[in-house]
Amino acid sequence: MADHAVPGATSGHDVHPPDHDGRDEHHHELPFWRKYIFSTDHKVIGIQYGLTSLLFLLFGFSLMMLMRWQLAYPGEALPIIGTLFGDENMPGGVMLPEFYNQLGAMHGTIMVFLGVVPLAVGAFGNYVVPLQIGAPDMAFPKLNMASYWVFFIGGVVMLSSFWVPAGAAKAGWTSYPPLANIETMGQTMWIFGMIFLITSSLLGAVNFLTTIVQLRAEGLTYMRLPFFVWAQLVTSFLLLLAFPPLEAAAVLQLMDRLVDTSFFMPSGLVVSGQPLDVAGGGSPLLWQHLFWFLAHPEVYVLILPALGIVAEIIANNTRKPLWGYKAMVFSLVFLGFMSFIVWAHHMFITGMGTIMSTFFQTTTMIISIPSVIILTALFISLWGGSIRFTTPMLFALGFLPMFGIGGLTGLPLGLAPTDIHLHDTYYVIGHFHYVVAPGSILALLGGIYYWFPKVTGRRMNDVLGKIHFWGTIVCMNGIFFPMFIQGLAGVSRRLYDGGQIYAHAEPVIHYNEFMSIAAWLLFLFQIPFIVNLAISIRKGKKVKDNAWDATTLEWSAAPSPPVGHGNFVKLPRVYRGPYEYSHPDHSDDFLPQDVPLEMEAQPAGV
Amino acid sequence: MSDLTHVEDIQKQVRIYLSVFAALAVLTVVTVGVGYMDLPILPALIVGLTIATIKGSLVAAYFMHLISEKRLIQSLVVLSLGLLVTMFAIFTIYYFDQRGGEVAGL
Amino acid sequence: MQIPYTVAPRPDTGVYNAKLGVWLFLASEVMLFGGLFSAYIFLRVGAPAWPGEMAGETYARAHEILNVPLATLNTMVLIASSVTMVMSWASLAMKRFDRYRLYMAATILFGLIFLVVKGFEYGAKFEHHLLPSESNFLAIYFVLTGLHGLHVIGGIIVNSYFLGPGSRMWKTNPKQFTNRIEIAGLYWHFVDLVWIFLFPTIYLL
Repeated sequence: MADHAVPGATSGHDVHPPDHDGRDEHHHELPFWRKYIFSTDHKVIGIQYGLTSLLFLLFGFSLMMLMRWQLAYPGEALPIIGTLFGDENMPGGVMLPEFYNQLGAMHGTIMVFLGVVPLAVGAFGNYVVPLQIGAPDMAFPKLNMASYWVFFIGGVVMLSSFWVPAGAAKAGWTSYPPLANIETMGQTMWIFGMIFLITSSLLGAVNFLTTIVQLRAEGLTYMRLPFFVWAQLVTSFLLLLAFPPLEAAAVLQLMDRLVDTSFFMPSGLVVSGQPLDVAGGGSPLLWQHLFWFLAHPEVYVLILPALGIVAEIIANNTRKPLWGYKAMVFSLVFLGFMSFIVWAHHMFITGMGTIMSTFFQTTTMIISIPSVIILTALFISLWGGSIRFTTPMLFALGFLPMFGIGGLTGLPLGLAPTDIHLHDTYYVIGHFHYVVAPGSILALLGGIYYWFPKVTGRRMNDVLGKIHFWGTIVCMNGIFFPMFIQGLAGVSRRLYDGGQIYAHAEPVIHYNEFMSIAAWLLFLFQIPFIVNLAISIRKGKKVKDNAWDATTLEWSAAPSPPVGHGNFVKLPRVYRGPYEYSHPDHSDDFLPQDVPLEMEAQPAGV
Repeated sequence: MSDLTHVEDIQKQVRIYLSVFAALAVLTVVTVGVGYMDLPILPALIVGLTIATIKGSLVAAYFMHLISEKRLIQSLVVLSLGLLVTMFAIFTIYYFDQRGGEVAGL
Repeated sequence: MQIPYTVAPRPDTGVYNAKLGVWLFLASEVMLFGGLFSAYIFLRVGAPAWPGEMAGETYARAHEILNVPLATLNTMVLIASSVTMVMSWASLAMKRFDRYRLYMAATILFGLIFLVVKGFEYGAKFEHHLLPSESNFLAIYFVLTGLHGLHVIGGIIVNSYFLGPGSRMWKTNPKQFTNRIEIAGLYWHFVDLVWIFLFPTIYLL
């Protein structure tokens, strides 16, 4: 292959595949702002999403660390930095309830919508999916760029809400009316921020679905797709169809707040002794329906890409195919469908009738089956494997029991009789944090270690990685496990004093300090990770293109990093399934998807 | 396929478009007429929604070419509509099933 | 580097990328308007009377407070615009660029007429202090028709682009341009479709 070292070409190994009609495209060097800021290349956009979302995760985490000071030492001044937050928030360094509520609402919002989903879908999805399907880019590169920038604007709007009079949204990440309707300006900004974020997700979903359906390489049938791609496919469907009702609800809440409509305002509401001057006749429950119609599929958006990442890492580090790939795929699809009809299990205590209660309990129990199938298949995939305890594998292995705990603790919440006691207690917080923190986030971190060599051509440091892993998983358990105990004792969530004021909280209140210390330690254990990322980009050990001896296309068919425009020197053709490891007929313990049979290594001994 | 056949195909299409337009116009008149009859809510709902569904189906099938579209697109449409109807059904049943929910003056 | 299947369809799916893309977008729009219609159902089923009391008077049927003749006219205008829209695509398929411009201009014109009529409707409401804050009937009326109106505006902007500067692509890549008009048409028909359900639901039931 001729090496076109065109003066001003985009990168060192810049081999241009001929254009479809035979012309050779000469890539003129793009100016810095077109190459790195307003790029239409899915890899650049993926990295943009990745860096932005990691920063938001750090910010959201910091909000929580502040909250945990108040929970551990209620009413005490935060030393040194406490007064930095100003007199409206922390006079004399003592946190006001209004500020605590801001921190709570924004922690949830930022972690879900600006942290985990953009990382899982925007970063990993964007970077890896086109490579794994053998495509030169996403189907709509300009739309992809637009998605990122709309997300960015949404993030700016959300962040700046802290600096408006009376601060950011305070009505929880769930923004329930009537409270959300009458809250301060920050709540309006929350709504605007959500509208931007939802729009970004919708544009992204259209892009992912079209790309996966239309741009698969030759020979890449649906049942030969890596599980990660299947996970992103179902995730995108959820985003596409579940987000719009929330967008509708956001518009309605905006109208309630700005032009005094009563979509969610009931008649006869009295606020601070004054009856509200609105038409009334609205329904706060309507908001809950529209909100949870999205927010339940949203939790699957949080977990599915993580399951995809874990599947990839496990297959690669056990050197054997995934067990039950077909069952896992069907479970994914079934889960996707079911996720639309379970939402009211978040509303068991709202006066629901018995027919609906039965319906939603049943669908919720049914939906646990596919998740169990997937988790079980991943566990069984370890059996008989040649396990390599690489850093990504540690994270993937750690994920499995954590997701198990998270999932199992959801069962009492999905059944109304138990949910009546556990709803809005710390038990719920423990449950969902187990699935998202030592669940999703652990998997996403593992994914960073796994695909870092693809993005940079270098490995991250393993010693720092192992410290990061062990510290993270231990501390996460330290924070979230006691929450089950507190919740079972009846400690409510969103209490500014952590439950101090209630007698029933007395036997379990001492856990608060322990959990807070675990949280601050968790932060300290992220430092090796941040340092590792920073130095490995420049000083990490260089690796070969297929750093992990993997079978999927992103590893076997593209260089590390991939070709600037078009990813592959030549678009690959697929001959087999995604996890052909340790095939008995071959001497190598892996057979990539794009290697034709005639070119395989000779069997040993010949 | 020669250009001429292609053009004839389109011209046949045009005849269909105009017939559909006529049908839509007639159905609009019918639906407004029924509207002024001030029927009780349930018959009014059934008639109104049926006519709207017929009109909508004509637009989707012939103007949006759904009737001759590829299976992929048709399945997507069926899926979305299924979800929509499910959402309406659950919302409606939920309301009637609620404890203490009164349904007055429909 | 070329993205495959931007113009020629992919053999196994039978569609080109943008066609799948726009149908996916329309699926999400179905859920958007569906969410609003669900809100309508919920509010109406829970209301003691509908349209009910507002601005000091009680109304028993929607046509007592809304202008049905004007809305009927608007319905016919929008349906006509759907016909001209599909005719503009058909003209391109028959390689008649002049006819395309005529039909596309007509589509835009019908769209503008729709908006002007809607402007009169809204204006009349505001004059009589019939604001969205008056009652839930008016609130959902304004939101549903307003969001629909915003979609009409969006469609007019896209169509105007394709009548104007965007039509240059006819010279360089006629197939892709025809596809783009097909896509714009699908969006426009959808906007018409929403109105076909919106009109009887709000004005007649």
